[in-house]
Amino acid sequence: MKITFPHMGNTYIVAKSLLDDLGIDYQIPPFNNKKALEIGTKYAPEMACLPLKMNLGNYIEAYKKGADTVLIVGGCGPCRFGYYCEMSREILQDNGYDMDVLTLELPNGNIKEFLRRIKKLTGGLNIYKILKVIKNTIMVSKKVDDLEKLTFKFRPIEIKKGSVDKIYTNFQNKVLKTKGSKEILKLIERTKNQILRLEIDKKLNPLKIGIVGEIYTTIDYFTSFNIEKILGNMGIEVDRAITVSDWIIEHIVKNILPIKKDEDYKMAAKPYLGAMIGGHAQETIGNTAIYANKNYDGVIQIYPLTCMPEIVAESILPSIERDLDIPILTLIIDELTGEAGYMTRVEAFIDLLEKRRERVEGGKELVLYGS
Amino acid sequence: MNKKIGIPRALFYYQYYPLWKVFFEELGAEVILSDNTTKKIMDDGVKLTVDQACLPVKLFHGHILNIKDKVDYLFIPRFTSVSKNEYICPKFGGLPDMVRNTIKDIPKIIDTEINLRKSDKKVLEAVLEIGKIFTQDVRRIKNAYKKALENYYEFRNKVKEGTLPCDILEKKFNVIRKNSKHRLNIALIGHVYNIYDKYSSMNVIGKLKNDDIDIITIDMIDDEIINKNVKHLKKQMFWNYGRKAIGAVSHLIERGDIDGIICLMAFGCGIDSFVCDLIERKIRKDSKIPFIVLNIDEHSGEAGMNTRLEAFIDMIRWRNKNEDNVSAYG
Repeated sequence: MKITFPHMGNTYIVAKSLLDDLGIDYQIPPFNNKKALEIGTKYAPEMACLPLKMNLGNYIEAYKKGADTVLIVGGCGPCRFGYYCEMSREILQDNGYDMDVLTLELPNGNIKEFLRRIKKLTGGLNIYKILKVIKNTIMVSKKVDDLEKLTFKFRPIEIKKGSVDKIYTNFQNKVLKTKGSKEILKLIERTKNQILRLEIDKKLNPLKIGIVGEIYTTIDYFTSFNIEKILGNMGIEVDRAITVSDWIIEHIVKNILPIKKDEDYKMAAKPYLGAMIGGHAQETIGNTAIYANKNYDGVIQIYPLTCMPEIVAESILPSIERDLDIPILTLIIDELTGEAGYMTRVEAFIDLLEKRRERVEGGKELVLYGS
Repeated sequence: MNKKIGIPRALFYYQYYPLWKVFFEELGAEVILSDNTTKKIMDDGVKLTVDQACLPVKLFHGHILNIKDKVDYLFIPRFTSVSKNEYICPKFGGLPDMVRNTIKDIPKIIDTEINLRKSDKKVLEAVLEIGKIFTQDVRRIKNAYKKALENYYEFRNKVKEGTLPCDILEKKFNVIRKNSKHRLNIALIGHVYNIYDKYSSMNVIGKLKNDDIDIITIDMIDDEIINKNVKHLKKQMFWNYGRKAIGAVSHLIERGDIDGIICLMAFGCGIDSFVCDLIERKIRKDSKIPFIVLNIDEHSGEAGMNTRLEAFIDMIRWRNKNEDNVSAYG
């Protein structure tokens, strides 16, 4: 059995650490790329959302490299993601890719079935070792996200442009050759120190933008056209509320253990969206309100075409924009999105935010030229 | 004066209207329906909503605009789930918020949450919450709900006997015409609000009926049969519609008297994108029943729809005529 898993931003580091520690044979698919997206688009239903297409591309590319089992997490709706496992299974089989799909989930709270699957995955490991591995994996996911957050902070204020990118890309490649959570944690620590040692301009007060939206398109840098990096290099500090570690802790760990969940965004979303409707709609609404209250300059919402929960969020966002006075840009991504059009929109939005800040700093209402 | 409750003729109107109508009327309210979908309603809806929304949601907004000035309350319950362990489309859950944030000057919205995911008993809580707007008399509310349920079951039974919900709701009854043509059984699979809306579906039902076709929809199939037929799924479908559609199609394949299956989906429908695909795979694998997917959106041209439908029906009739299935070539 050779396991593979779909890419989503830096999740591969977390998955790698988990599988390394459990001693399971695996094959990481090539990083998300155009070719993988093309393969996925060919096999997936036309109207399926982008992540499914990207995932299928990953599986098939990994299959060609020898993987035979797909490991993904599941869910029970109402977002389509919960049925990805079955869709992938059907599509792979119908097209002659002989792959097994293993879903890590609690099917209707059935813990026995969950343990059976874990056992199938790990062979005969004892439960204490598994728990320890899980703890380490969560640690890795947290550290990876912290590192990413650090790059968001340092990119706009570094003096020698491009140094953070250089260190970070180096890290992403090196991590593929590192084995086990211990080594990965060490590498993260080293990278972190490298970044912290960089020369920075402390006087700069960069524009601040919050990124909200559907988890896959915001976290995965290939699908979001590296938006955090691009904004960072334009001198803008970015923050993204949804992270991999957050997702693991909030959605998996806290579902199993009786720990109180993070309710901040729920409170913030309450006046606009009264209930959980699946996906990340409530997070999108709540985090936008939180960003507005934290005096961010703007918010960018990103989601894949036909994403059901985010459409609800998009129709509610204008109210927040009006009530809390924060500009919001919505970007919708599918397999046909062109980078030029996408970038034009982002740049126009940034120009607007800059002008807006000038107006506030100048303390006077600026008049448009020629009017 | 009686309180006026506005119910848009869209989305779950086609599934639950008999229930709501009797319930509100028993409580002494006046139920006001929006008009049948027209071009104006559709255009209004399209203008109001974000361009990403699917056609039924756009129509819903159009219908709201149509009645909002005539009523005291709008009835837009927050449908999270209508059956145990299952959901419906996330857009239904956010519907009252969507409406509130896109349409200005709107009357009070009754947005009680209906969530039967954990337990069926929640429905009574929701009923009491809605009823308390009109009366504090709990017994009266319960009685009204009981009567409403009776009416609803009567409606459901009629549907199961083979009458189309849209005919019952519009009080139209079938006149079976004598015709020499052989009658076909065609299954029309799709969300209730897509297939029964005469305007947005471009009257698919009417067109099929005029062509001497008996229509079978998911609603006509008993829940027990559906549940029996979804057992082959490795993972239980968590959408109410998805389970019904897949169960119904599996049943129809086994039944053997179905001449063709039409899947009517709205462009951009997240659930349909998966369910239709699964249905298609199932039909192609397990049977030789002709199958077609028709897509509707606000731009659909009727001519294109007619062409596709006619071609599909003609093909089936030819196939039936040449029983030995002679190849069309040469």
